[in-house]
Amino acid sequence: MLELSGVTTGYGRTTVVHGVDLTVPDGALTAVLGHNGAGKTTLLRAVLGLLPLRAGAVLLNGADVTALAPHKRVRRGIAYVPQGQQSFGQLSARENLQVVADAYGRAGRRRTDEALDLFPALRDLLGRQAGLLSGGQRQQLAIARALVTGPRLLVLDEPVEGIQPNVVSEIYDAISALTSSGDLSVLLVEQHLGYAVEHAAEFAVLTSGRIAHRGQGGGPSAAADARKALAL
Amino acid sequence: MDIIAQLFAGLSLGSVLLLAALGLSLTFGQMGVINMAHGEFMMAGAYTAFVVQGVVGDAGVSLLLALPLGFVVGGLLGLLLEATLIHRMYRRPLDTLLVTWGVALVLQQVARDVFGAPNVDVRAPAWLSGAVEIGGLALPRTRLFILALAAVCVVALALALRATPLGRRIRAVVQNRDLAEASGISSRTTDRVTFFIGSGLAGIAGVALTLLGSIGPTLGTNYIVDAFLVVVAGGIGQVKGTVIAATALGLMQAFFEYSTTASVAKVLVFVAVVAFLQLRPQGLVSVRTRSLA
Ligand SMILES: Nc1ncnc2c1ncn2[C@@H]1O[C@H](COP(=O)(O)OP(=O)(O)O)[C@@H](O)[C@H]1O
Ligand SMILES: [Mg+2]
Repeated sequence: MLELSGVTTGYGRTTVVHGVDLTVPDGALTAVLGHNGAGKTTLLRAVLGLLPLRAGAVLLNGADVTALAPHKRVRRGIAYVPQGQQSFGQLSARENLQVVADAYGRAGRRRTDEALDLFPALRDLLGRQAGLLSGGQRQQLAIARALVTGPRLLVLDEPVEGIQPNVVSEIYDAISALTSSGDLSVLLVEQHLGYAVEHAAEFAVLTSGRIAHRGQGGGPSAAADARKALAL
Repeated sequence: MDIIAQLFAGLSLGSVLLLAALGLSLTFGQMGVINMAHGEFMMAGAYTAFVVQGVVGDAGVSLLLALPLGFVVGGLLGLLLEATLIHRMYRRPLDTLLVTWGVALVLQQVARDVFGAPNVDVRAPAWLSGAVEIGGLALPRTRLFILALAAVCVVALALALRATPLGRRIRAVVQNRDLAEASGISSRTTDRVTFFIGSGLAGIAGVALTLLGSIGPTLGTNYIVDAFLVVVAGGIGQVKGTVIAATALGLMQAFFEYSTTASVAKVLVFVAVVAFLQLRPQGLVSVRTRSLA
């Protein structure tokens, strides 16, 4: 589905991510773990095309998309849920979904409905201004908005960071539901081991912008390996 | 009675300011750049009315043709400027200010070369000549027409922003460009369309100005500063704020003019706006959100 080869990127004079190779297979959950500041968000921004590469390539379904603008990558099946429960704050929750659905006609409306089935609580909040929703509600809205694009690969950046505990399980349940069909690949970035190491087919640990460890998810040894790689 | 006359003068001036500022507010809000050539897009709209009248003859028909044509002419100039210069200077306000000021001077010179330096007149249609008498007060029909035109433009823009897919995209890009891109929205295309519409509104404003007096190559310079005062005082990119600020500035100007002179009034209005911005730097209407995004 997604293949990163030698991805190198950064800001200004500093290089933050150094030659990262990573593969997200079709229909699988792949996790990237790393401490605060390891370069996880930077890596994801490069995957989306929000940050230009200094070296390396991003391949989507075998096609090189390194030079494509982010919105064109979205058209090819990547959806992105950025860190920090981002929404179009002045738009209503409904408009946050509509603005994406507009581009897809009938399919957009159908996928909006499906996304709302995943997070039924959002249905009562559609008229509210998105910026005034709680963090958990905004994160659910962000995931729903990403799903409206009809993705084949969902990229999630610390989806439960700063979310109230009762919503955390709802979000993880939704991710599990999405991956269970096997149609959707997920690239999940986390600071914490829990869900990611348990559910990922494969995971990688990012330290100072380099992949320091790779492992298979599930099983008790996976968590131990990851913990060691993260030096916890 | 005097008060009502002043009130009308103020509202009328406010409607002119509003037409000048509406498009500017849109482009300023979208790109975070100051387009000094906005006034020259108005000038281009005014000359469009002049040219159309030269071709069509009938003042009424030519006015009704010039309004959409002025929109297109202003819009195309804006599109050209955005595609060639402004998008390269995205979020570099100072550079954009200087470059678009240069473009403004060039456009003035082009107008001088094409139409000559002296002012020219565009005839107002017969149905806009004279005044409507209300309670002993004579309200010029041209002024009433401009008030109505400003109202139509505001409502059309507000509706377009609020209830159309394009409007949603524009608001989304203004609020979070990266998130919009990452949600499948082309921010470049959205920028261009926004610039077309904002600059087109300047063209319409220019056509309207031909009803108030003769027009010349420097027409735009008379309005650009006031238009900026309105945009900044109203809160950047906010239609509601722009409407309130334009009305308030028009009324202030009219009332100050009544008690002093036009140029003193201008200074007083300027001081009032600066003082207001000290108290409320974000302008009249600002954004309420929990998150920054
Ligand atoms: N916009 C930016 N400009 C400059 N440096 C940045 C920017 N964003 C992040 N960084 C730096 O890049 C490094 C990695 O940040 P980030 O990718 O956000 O890490 P993570 O998501 O793993 O916490 C940090 O040292 C951070 O300070
Ligand atoms: Mg991060």
